[in-house]
Amino acid sequence: MSRIEGRFRATLGEFSLDADFSVPSHGVTALFGQSGSGKTTLLRLIAGLARAPGRLVVDGEVWQDESVFVPTHRRALGYVFQEASLFPHLSVRANLEYGWKRVPPAERTIQWDEVVDWLELAPLIALRPHQLSGGQRQRVAIGRALLSCPRLLLMDEPMAALDTGARADILPYLERLHHALELPLLYVSHALDEVTRLADHLLLIEAGHLVYQGPLTEGLTRLDLPLAHRDIAATLVEATVIAHDRALQLTHVARGPVVLELPGLHGSPGAPLRVRVAARDVSLTLSMPQQTSILNLLPARVIELADDAPGQVLVRLALDDTVLLARITRKSALLLGLQPGTPVVAQVKSVAVA
Amino acid sequence: MSLTGADTSAILLTLKLAAITTALLMLIATPLAWWLTHTHARLRAAVTALVALPLVLPPTVLGFYLLVMLGPHGAVGHWMQQLGLSTLPFTFAGLVVGSVVFSLPFAVQPIANAFAAIGTRPLEVAATLRASPWDRFASIAIPLARPGFITAAVLAFAHTVGEFGVVLMLGGNIPGQTRVLSVAIYDHVEALEYADAHLLSAGLVAFSFLVLLMLGRYSGQWQRTPT
Repeated sequence: MSRIEGRFRATLGEFSLDADFSVPSHGVTALFGQSGSGKTTLLRLIAGLARAPGRLVVDGEVWQDESVFVPTHRRALGYVFQEASLFPHLSVRANLEYGWKRVPPAERTIQWDEVVDWLELAPLIALRPHQLSGGQRQRVAIGRALLSCPRLLLMDEPMAALDTGARADILPYLERLHHALELPLLYVSHALDEVTRLADHLLLIEAGHLVYQGPLTEGLTRLDLPLAHRDIAATLVEATVIAHDRALQLTHVARGPVVLELPGLHGSPGAPLRVRVAARDVSLTLSMPQQTSILNLLPARVIELADDAPGQVLVRLALDDTVLLARITRKSALLLGLQPGTPVVAQVKSVAVA
Repeated sequence: MSLTGADTSAILLTLKLAAITTALLMLIATPLAWWLTHTHARLRAAVTALVALPLVLPPTVLGFYLLVMLGPHGAVGHWMQQLGLSTLPFTFAGLVVGSVVFSLPFAVQPIANAFAAIGTRPLEVAATLRASPWDRFASIAIPLARPGFITAAVLAFAHTVGEFGVVLMLGGNIPGQTRVLSVAIYDHVEALEYADAHLLSAGLVAFSFLVLLMLGRYSGQWQRTPT
């Protein structure tokens, strides 16, 4: 399968970037890290907007190496900036047409109407950029980037400049694109909730260095990585909706032998549903409890333990091929005698749609 | 009271000079302003100062050096003679050269400010949308810098109309060739023809006021337009 492969080494004053990456050329790859970790720099290097020694190959096409540097306007990429950056002197339609008109008709890989439908741009098309809300502008910017028929879509925190309401409006569009497009999307973010909703793969960057690259679910649960140790540490389970309990308003989802119940009616039977289990919502017992308010009781096996915040440990559990994290006190771990291999029952207090 | 033939000719000559100067300045100032806005060259500070020099120098100094340089013994004049061309002082072409130099900062600065106000982001966006550098310049930079171009053109035109010192030093006072409005007024005053001087002077005051008024309204209108 084709991939996007790159390697950049750059020193910019105090900051040094050393990134050697390879991501699949399909699905959403989150480039995650704190402010100042070099996420945007790496994205700009990939776009050719910044220049540093390195190598970049997209689907077998060399965009940069020792002797080649393809300028940005000759790279088939779309770039969505943090601020929508619509051209103020052009109408929404002319903004959308800007990249579209510069792609020869024979090379257009995307349909105009498709993009307008996906992003629901029809009511905006006759307006001027200054008449749009922040969320609408960003939708137009995404449409404009898509209409340039990219082979790689880059987004630099496209929702960071939006208020909570506008973010909630944009996310469903991004999810829809994720499912409708073959296009690989490299998505820079420092908001973990966006990443858990959208991404399949993860590039984790710290102080200019990639500390993890691989599937998102693994990146979130590896105890040697920082994400598992955050307060909001959570596991994702790529499950399938199996049934709804309409009387009790519950949705049953399954992944292999693991069945989880979550409140509310979500999806339709057979549909994939990504659910999220927070580490702090998982507790452990050695035997199956009777008469408990907790619905989700899952036999599991301890894989490893790691120190967390003072007095706390993180336990990584396997339930068949599903991984869960549990954050418990060190005292509990000692009392239960937890060790790698110990069979336990995971009590999952809360499951939410990711 | 009406204009004499000589005065009408001076007015037309002035308008012609201002129009040609403005057109040339747009051609020269645009690339210069672009370079000043986007270069990281060390030369930038020196060029900026050089361009701004006509703002602070007395026009007579400017006119004097242009006269020396363009004259038969000056570097440029000598070179032009070798090429078989006539020298520029005391010709209309010489006035154009002087006016271009004299009004250069009035054209360069508004355009450079407009380019700087655009920033690099819209140009980067255009690059990611497959626009080549020339394409970006024509489709993004020029339209977004429009207020700067209008200000530059109006100021260059008006400033050339009001020019006196450089003209006197470089062009003299040849009717129909170099005798422009400001020189004509000077002549009238010297000859104690105050009525004629008033007519031309008041006209110039009214013209300048209207230009500045329209410029103010236009730029105010632009600023009120949300982007």
